[in-house]
Amino acid sequence: MRLIDYANPTRFLGLTATVLPWLAVVTALTFAVGLYLVVFVAPADYQQGETVKIMYIHVPFAWLSMFCYVTMAGSAFGTLVWRHPLADVSAKCAAPIGAAFTFLALATGSLWGKPMWGTWWVWDARLTSVLVLFIMYLGLIALQETIEDPARAAKASAILTLVGVVNIPIIKFSVDWWNTLHQPSSVFRMGGSTIAASMLVPLLIMATAFTLLFLVLHLMAMRNEILRRRIRAMRMIEAAGAE
Amino acid sequence: MFGTHAGFILAAYGIAILVVVVLFVWIVVDGRSQRRQLAELEARGVRRRSAATSEGDRA
Repeated sequence: MRLIDYANPTRFLGLTATVLPWLAVVTALTFAVGLYLVVFVAPADYQQGETVKIMYIHVPFAWLSMFCYVTMAGSAFGTLVWRHPLADVSAKCAAPIGAAFTFLALATGSLWGKPMWGTWWVWDARLTSVLVLFIMYLGLIALQETIEDPARAAKASAILTLVGVVNIPIIKFSVDWWNTLHQPSSVFRMGGSTIAASMLVPLLIMATAFTLLFLVLHLMAMRNEILRRRIRAMRMIEAAGAE
Repeated sequence: MFGTHAGFILAAYGIAILVVVVLFVWIVVDGRSQRRQLAELEARGVRRRSAATSEGDRA
């Protein structure tokens, strides 16, 4: 069977019913290992002290806020170009999860910024571009809910998603292009990571755990959306039969 | 255990757990609602066109 064959919603439901329980177990185990390392093994930072523990959730949320949008952009491309049956389902279901992760990136960043920078918020390039991302997620959710016809909603939100993808490199490189309170990239950068292995390993494990969590939530939400569309189609058949 | 800024650390982890749990519960409740509605429709004999066609093919 080719990968494209799983574009069939019925096959997708069958596959995810088998995969999801295992994925959930792997996610829970990864979180258990990551949290153990964060609480009991990872050292305090020489400048920030124990406040650095916020990094282990803030950074994964920030990565996932962008990863989720890139997933939506890929799905939007699939919706517009190939009219892939699951592409719009994927894009629609990723939006609330992306909004939640972006909110958490902003909230945990603010809670980290107050003791370290002395302020909850500054209107600098990094923070403002992430706030714009959060507003874009909310706008896309509103657009999807406003248009009743799923095909029209899919097309409109796909176009808006692809227009908004320009914000992703702005977020990523904002710390290099403009002066900002936010620290520059320290994990994925030219010349290698600047974080000590004792902190980098827990951070990468937590990032993996949150990525797996995103995958679990996304697949669950996609299953719900497929059923919602089936119910809509069946209600229309029922209504047509009653006339 | 978390030093002088324990309140900030616990608040960050607390809000993260709260939002993730709310998101998870919302998706689970939505899934149950969709499965219940689908079962009700099927109990009333409503079938999707593709399902009806495949059943017709088998008959």
